Amino acid sequence: MITAFIQRAVMQGIPLLYGSTGEIITEKSGHLNLGIPGIMYVGGISGVIGAFAYENACTSAGHGMNGALAILIPFLSCLLGSLLMGLIYCFLTVTLRANQNVTGLALTTFGVGFGNFFGGSLIKLTGSELPSITLTKTSDFFRTSLPFAKNLGWFGQVFLSYGFLAYLAVAISIAAAIFLSRTRKGLHLRAVGENPATADAAGINVERYKYLSTCIGSMIAGLGGLYYVMDYANGIWSNDAFGDRGWLAIALVIFAVWKPGIAILGSFLFGGLYIVHNYIPNLDFSKQELFKMAPYLVTILVLVIISMRKKRENQPPQHLGLNYFREER
Amino acid sequence: MSKPEKKMHEPLIHLVKRDAIPWYQAWAVRIIAVLAALIFSGIITIILTGLNPLEVYQKMFEGAFGTDRRIWNLFQNVAILLCISLAVTPAFKMRFWNIGAEGQVLIGGLASTACMILLGNKLSQPVLLLVIVVTSIAAGAVWALLPAIFKAYWNTNETLFTLMMNYIAIQLVSYFVFVWSVPKGSGKIGIINGDTQAGWLPVLGDQKYLLNILIVLVITIAMYVYLRFSKQGYEISVVGESENTARYIGINVKKVVIRTMLISGAICGLAGMLLVSGTDHSITRDTAGGRGFTAIMVSWLAKFNPLYMVLTAFLIVFLEKGASEISTAFRLNDSFSEIITGIIIFFIIGSEFFINYAIRFRKIRKGGKAQ
Repeated sequence: MITAFIQRAVMQGIPLLYGSTGEIITEKSGHLNLGIPGIMYVGGISGVIGAFAYENACTSAGHGMNGALAILIPFLSCLLGSLLMGLIYCFLTVTLRANQNVTGLALTTFGVGFGNFFGGSLIKLTGSELPSITLTKTSDFFRTSLPFAKNLGWFGQVFLSYGFLAYLAVAISIAAAIFLSRTRKGLHLRAVGENPATADAAGINVERYKYLSTCIGSMIAGLGGLYYVMDYANGIWSNDAFGDRGWLAIALVIFAVWKPGIAILGSFLFGGLYIVHNYIPNLDFSKQELFKMAPYLVTILVLVIISMRKKRENQPPQHLGLNYFREER
Repeated sequence: MSKPEKKMHEPLIHLVKRDAIPWYQAWAVRIIAVLAALIFSGIITIILTGLNPLEVYQKMFEGAFGTDRRIWNLFQNVAILLCISLAVTPAFKMRFWNIGAEGQVLIGGLASTACMILLGNKLSQPVLLLVIVVTSIAAGAVWALLPAIFKAYWNTNETLFTLMMNYIAIQLVSYFVFVWSVPKGSGKIGIINGDTQAGWLPVLGDQKYLLNILIVLVITIAMYVYLRFSKQGYEISVVGESENTARYIGINVKKVVIRTMLISGAICGLAGMLLVSGTDHSITRDTAGGRGFTAIMVSWLAKFNPLYMVLTAFLIVFLEKGASEISTAFRLNDSFSEIITGIIIFFIIGSEFFINYAIRFRKIRKGGKAQ
């Protein structure tokens, strides 16, 4: 039962990990992107649209699905969808210097609406009675895990039983951690988030860094939506099923004190907190709701502690949420 | 080969911050933005659904103003959204990003619910109503006070703190909905005190939402006066413009932050009371329904001016009501309204740029050397 719990916790954690890694990279450039929940919805539905188109094309052409294409098409359409969302955000906040909070919230409204609208429309196109889209065939490709994992007992179940997107999430986080702390470009990015005026004076192209980090961050976050639909939910899209995971990903950023490495462990912990109520015997429904509060309480606690201890390496980027206009100095 | 001319390079366009432009020009820009957004959404509508956008916009009007009931419904929704927008405004003017209105409204609503259920049969109606108003205002204020204290004393990031408080409030409401559910274990509260109407806001005339609307009207004017003409309102503006200046001229910044957030939370709590006791007579975790977030956009679009906020709140609610009518009339998915609302807000957000900044193109030099 414990191995099953850990396995479910990891699967719950992976979308959060994608979301928070993307958001950490974005926030390091000084942009608080509250559009992440919307971006994750768009990432998910774009993947679904891609997969849906390919599955239908294969069915009508009457041949089987090619594994590589079945993965590549949803994957790329997911990246494209979330990239477009990132570009909208960047264009408004970097080029047009709009307020980041307002833009982010509008992006979330738009993204969730976009996801649910296309979710609903595709359901209508399939003409099925169920209020959901089922892409089991594509999902099977995404969920392919190592064939010998089943023979390795608990070790296989805890470490090797996931689809490739789960490992990709961890790999991206590790890469992001190395990028931010060990490379020159990472240093520049952090400089932009801490003090864009100084970075500008040092010859760093502030706008380019902001654009790139926000767009790449959005694409990573979008993959979280794709993982949720294709792997966690077995290829079934139902409206609003993704829930508040996007906000939880933003909470995780704080919990991880803006470090992608900590976010990996934090995401599994949050995943565990998210489902722990299912594993406590004799818990009635009302108490379950109290348990679901845990990730947010923990996040507030971390937020308060880091602000009280004032350790410099644990602070949010100094210019988080503020726009930079060169002529305003 | 480095040419000396290269050092003379001048960017093709560059941006200059404008002085304040006359209000009619600013509003002209905004109106153009809304029109552009409507045209753009029209194109999107044609692409996505193949419907005639004019027909769609006509349906929108019908959805919002079609019948008396719809008009009252529209005004009721405007009132609630306006109330929450007014609540977040003083905090925003102070550059305190209170995005926890959703939670503050819910917790105020939860306090009203608790009073209605627990005290419904024990107190007389006027006393009960007084208790409901006081407790819901207090609950909202406490929910806002926590982040404010931490912001004031330890500079804890208020955006993230208030955001997290939302979900704690949502889960608390879910918990109590299960505890008080009727029938037991159904997970729904249903109409509270349906027979006795204990704790329901009284109905003025025969319009059940009239009292809500009047209350919000009073708050609107009060907030306008408070921000515009009171000393405290002035202090809020100074702290928002520059904390250092505020400190220099002897304003106690901590006190202003905490006091302003108390006001902000208190009005949110009141909005929760209006929702539970004045409208739904019930509560679910969706009672606030994202209005706490929409209110931020409403307040910002109105440049934090309570009087303009009536217009922006109206615009947003009109869009929502209209678009949901489109969804039912043309059998589209409900979420179509969110897409349209999102697009229009993007355009308005973008238009602010053209109000605040001027674009200067590179001047063509004599001899046509530079392009």
